[in-house]
Amino acid sequence: MRVYLDNNATTKIDPLVKVKMQPFFEELYGNPNSLHAYGMEVRPHLNEALGAVYDALNIPDEDDVLITSCATESNNSVLKGVFFKHILTNPDKNHIVTTAVEHPSVLETLLFLEEHGVRVTFVDVDENGGVSAQAVKDAVTDQTILISMMWANNETGMIFPVAEVAKFAREKGILFHTDAVQAIGKLPVDLKKVRVDYLTLSAHKFHGPKGIGALYVRKGCELPNLFHGGEQMGGKRAGTLNVPYIVGMGLAIRQAVNHVEVMNTQVRALRDELEDALAKIPDTFIVGPRHMRTPNTILLSIRGVEGEAMLWDLNRAGIAASTGSACASESLHANPVMSAIGQDPELAHTAIRLSLSRFTTLEEVEYTIEVFTKAVERLRSISSTYGYKG
Amino acid sequence: MARDSLIGGALWEEYSTEVQRRMNTPVHMGEITQEEADATGDKLIIADFGAESCGDAVRLYWLIDPKNDTIQKSKFKSFGCGTAIASSDMMAELCMGKSVDEALKITNIDVEKALRDTPDVPAVPGQKMHCSVMAYDVIKKAASMYKGVDMSEFETEFIICECARVSQDTLREVIKLNGLTTVEEVTDYTKAGGFCKSCIKPGGHEVRDVFIVDILADVMREVEAEKASKKIIEARGNGDFKSMGLVQKIKSVESILEEYIRPTLKADNGDVELMDIVEEGEVFNVLVKYKGECISCSMNTTTTLAGIEDMLKFKLKAPIKVIVT
Amino acid sequence: MEIYLDNNATTMVDPKVVEAMVPFFGQMYGNPNSLHKFGTQTHAALTKAVDQVYKALNAADADDVIFTSCATESNNWVLKSVWLDHIMHGHKNHIVVSEVEHPSVLTTCRFLEEQGVKVTYLPVNDQGIVEAHTVKSFITDRTALVSIMWANNETGMIFPIKEIGEICREKGVLFHTDAVQAVGKIPVDLQAVHVDFLSFSAHKFHGPKGIGGLYIRNSQALSPLLHGGEHMGGRRSGTLNVPYIVGMGLAMELATQNMSATSAKIRALRDRLEDALLQLPDVFVVGNRANRTPNTLLISIRGVEGEGMLWDLNNAHIGASTGSACASEDLEANTVMLAIGADSELAHTGIRLSLSRFTTEAEVDAVIDAFKKAVGRLRAISSSYAKVQPTHS
Repeated sequence: MRVYLDNNATTKIDPLVKVKMQPFFEELYGNPNSLHAYGMEVRPHLNEALGAVYDALNIPDEDDVLITSCATESNNSVLKGVFFKHILTNPDKNHIVTTAVEHPSVLETLLFLEEHGVRVTFVDVDENGGVSAQAVKDAVTDQTILISMMWANNETGMIFPVAEVAKFAREKGILFHTDAVQAIGKLPVDLKKVRVDYLTLSAHKFHGPKGIGALYVRKGCELPNLFHGGEQMGGKRAGTLNVPYIVGMGLAIRQAVNHVEVMNTQVRALRDELEDALAKIPDTFIVGPRHMRTPNTILLSIRGVEGEAMLWDLNRAGIAASTGSACASESLHANPVMSAIGQDPELAHTAIRLSLSRFTTLEEVEYTIEVFTKAVERLRSISSTYGYKG
Repeated sequence: MARDSLIGGALWEEYSTEVQRRMNTPVHMGEITQEEADATGDKLIIADFGAESCGDAVRLYWLIDPKNDTIQKSKFKSFGCGTAIASSDMMAELCMGKSVDEALKITNIDVEKALRDTPDVPAVPGQKMHCSVMAYDVIKKAASMYKGVDMSEFETEFIICECARVSQDTLREVIKLNGLTTVEEVTDYTKAGGFCKSCIKPGGHEVRDVFIVDILADVMREVEAEKASKKIIEARGNGDFKSMGLVQKIKSVESILEEYIRPTLKADNGDVELMDIVEEGEVFNVLVKYKGECISCSMNTTTTLAGIEDMLKFKLKAPIKVIVT
Repeated sequence: MEIYLDNNATTMVDPKVVEAMVPFFGQMYGNPNSLHKFGTQTHAALTKAVDQVYKALNAADADDVIFTSCATESNNWVLKSVWLDHIMHGHKNHIVVSEVEHPSVLTTCRFLEEQGVKVTYLPVNDQGIVEAHTVKSFITDRTALVSIMWANNETGMIFPIKEIGEICREKGVLFHTDAVQAVGKIPVDLQAVHVDFLSFSAHKFHGPKGIGGLYIRNSQALSPLLHGGEHMGGRRSGTLNVPYIVGMGLAMELATQNMSATSAKIRALRDRLEDALLQLPDVFVVGNRANRTPNTLLISIRGVEGEGMLWDLNNAHIGASTGSACASEDLEANTVMLAIGADSELAHTGIRLSLSRFTTEAEVDAVIDAFKKAVGRLRAISSSYAKVQPTHS
């Protein structure tokens, strides 16, 4: 049996999405910016896909949704755009507030901008892996131009107080960006209710293709392009449009939004069942209260068992999980979120993330419980730091 | 609309069926020779407008009965895209049977409307509206040749947006009356700049002297200046401060606080509230209360207070003392 | 019959490429950076794609070829990072480009000018190319970068990249070339020419849209445009687009293997088309045939406006172009036509026909026929081709 429980890293393409994309390689292959019939015939499909994103986020037509190549591009576009437009022209407003547990595409970009004179405050998370709105507010100064805070964390699934911080930022006249990569399809994301200036999303986190994402830009908050060039995307993001993927993302986001309820009932129930079973293993520790997490995520720490060894055993049994962000999987550093939470340093190397999807079955969960329990036993019997009493 | 601009519609699919039909088979395309004019005794006019180097050129042939100035026959030739050819064709048709003066009243907007399939759906997408402008210009050219006058004789106003035929005077008036501040608003109110967009700002496909952005900036400056002087006059009331009633006095002080004081305080997260105005002999005591950061600010009884007092004294020309409660 | 002669704008994905990509949407969907099998099973295919790309460009192992989302990204990356790395805090302040570069270079340069960078836009000669000595004369000791395309998208004219590369090496200036129109059409051998950076894009050689690359000589320093994570050795972040990378690798291999035979076939068809169209009176083809990419033909037809011509061709089910597809809706004159100093009347009359290895002789003959008919009809309408001229103006 093969079980994929690494859906916060990437997801499998919804079969409907895969079918929908296929004609756009060999048949409908025109460049949508061409005048002739080959260009013309792909446009309605692009407009429909873009419309799906507008519907999913519940945003008015006057705002922009720029299609990008991935969330990393969206995040870089916002941070560097704010640097180009605001900070370079007004060095008095050179401060950005973010959290210590953002995706590397936010953290690394900000470290780069620090070399160019930008001041950045990285707000720490609490022992649950959460961020308090107050901590973010306290970090703001007169010089703050932007707050960038993710909607939900990729490692822990912890949901951040986006609504409150967005409201605060608006009152203070500070720009607000949220990386909502882990929220779309898992939580309701309604921008009419939560007023943000920029929002990042990525199709491959909700059963769309890899290599396509989007950046939402509120009207009036336009930034200089990260990709200058042709007239694509109203001149705001150049580059020949990746037609098959855009069409795929459109269907994927419709499907994702339609399944938010399923995620919060069926998937949540499966996740809770898995979590309850794993919590019974002695000396394990789960990060963050369940009700404050995305419904599909568990980050669990197993005393005495090194994370990568655990992955190894799970992988041998056909189960895919993660020790941390897949981006960092090869670096084998301690899980940065575990370090940020301030856990016992011994536990920082023992984290395993299990993330479900709407395609996860009860059978798969039961199998995982069985394998997981055995793996812990085996590895603890080898462990030098754990005297296994079982 | 932003969403519309991101992918956009397919240019050619936005052409009306009538535009497509006339592009595929223009009805009035052709030439009129001097021999033909001689045979009927009519006057032949051949007018050119545009140039190939601009991307569009049209030639209009008219056969005019000199007795009643009526256009007997009208033909065209055109170097241009589909919309240019279709609008030239429609323009030639609209001229037929009209007197030269009547023909002069035909605008590019009439041509575009005549090309519509249904009354409320434009015949061509916005950026193509420009192509019908030449149809209007070439009529003026032909009429001027017939009348032996200069084309500029027909210009009564300074047109900024040729696609929507909006003059500079109209633009200034609408911007001022409605307090418009952005080009989008100007376009919403007047349609100017909503078509080929070359009149909005420099860089479009036409060289011009004045753009909508210039007019907007100029009118906004004017309006601001007027507002500022008006506010001070209002604040002072009709008579001097002393003779005002209490309500009027409060209004005056409030307007000065709002205009000159609060923006500065708010920048530092502070604010000030007007509590009361109490007459004490010759002096008016203005009672205020600090809010936000101002409460704890070390300068709230020195620099800030003096600033408020000076502003009120100078603007209202009255002996005012500001007291923090 | 539907005939696609707009292959410089984009191409059909080769059915073999589609076939190679499909498994990576379905069964093999893991994130290649994950440790588990779902991730690792993609590695073999990715490694193969990397090998195919290095081989096609004849890049050395010490060089980096980084996958990007498109050539626009690659071009923006080089220009903006050279600005941030060498100009913003260094003593260099100058970039040299040609005036006929792709909009992703020109628009980025205009943005950089707003940031205080000095940009020289080099003119092209009557053949539509930048001459090497022109480049040489504009390089100063404050020049940080020269960016000149390998072949032009509009005319197909091939630029003297080898000579320009040598000049830049002698002067110690970084050299970038946008090779989007060269890769897959003419030999690109990166051990035979000296370029520091080279951009390419898969959808111009029958690969998918939305994937491209940047070649970086000897893995030299260049700040990322997309920061984050450790993808692509930390040089370009973003979850890897596995199906498209696999597709681009194969597409590159297919485009470069047997290139001399394939391009001879395409060239013969193009020449057949060109010869036939040149029999029309008052037409004019831009650039010497020998120095053009084998698939491209930019022809100007006196008296016929380009978009009108496209309309008639489209009615005959032929896809062609008046200019770069990026600019199709701008309705501006063809900038390259203006740059080569063509008679300004001709600037609005350019039609680009670009073939591919899928173009057939029957298609070419059908196009010749339809093209002649369209010219006949539109010249009958045209005012500049009218017999009766005004007596006074």
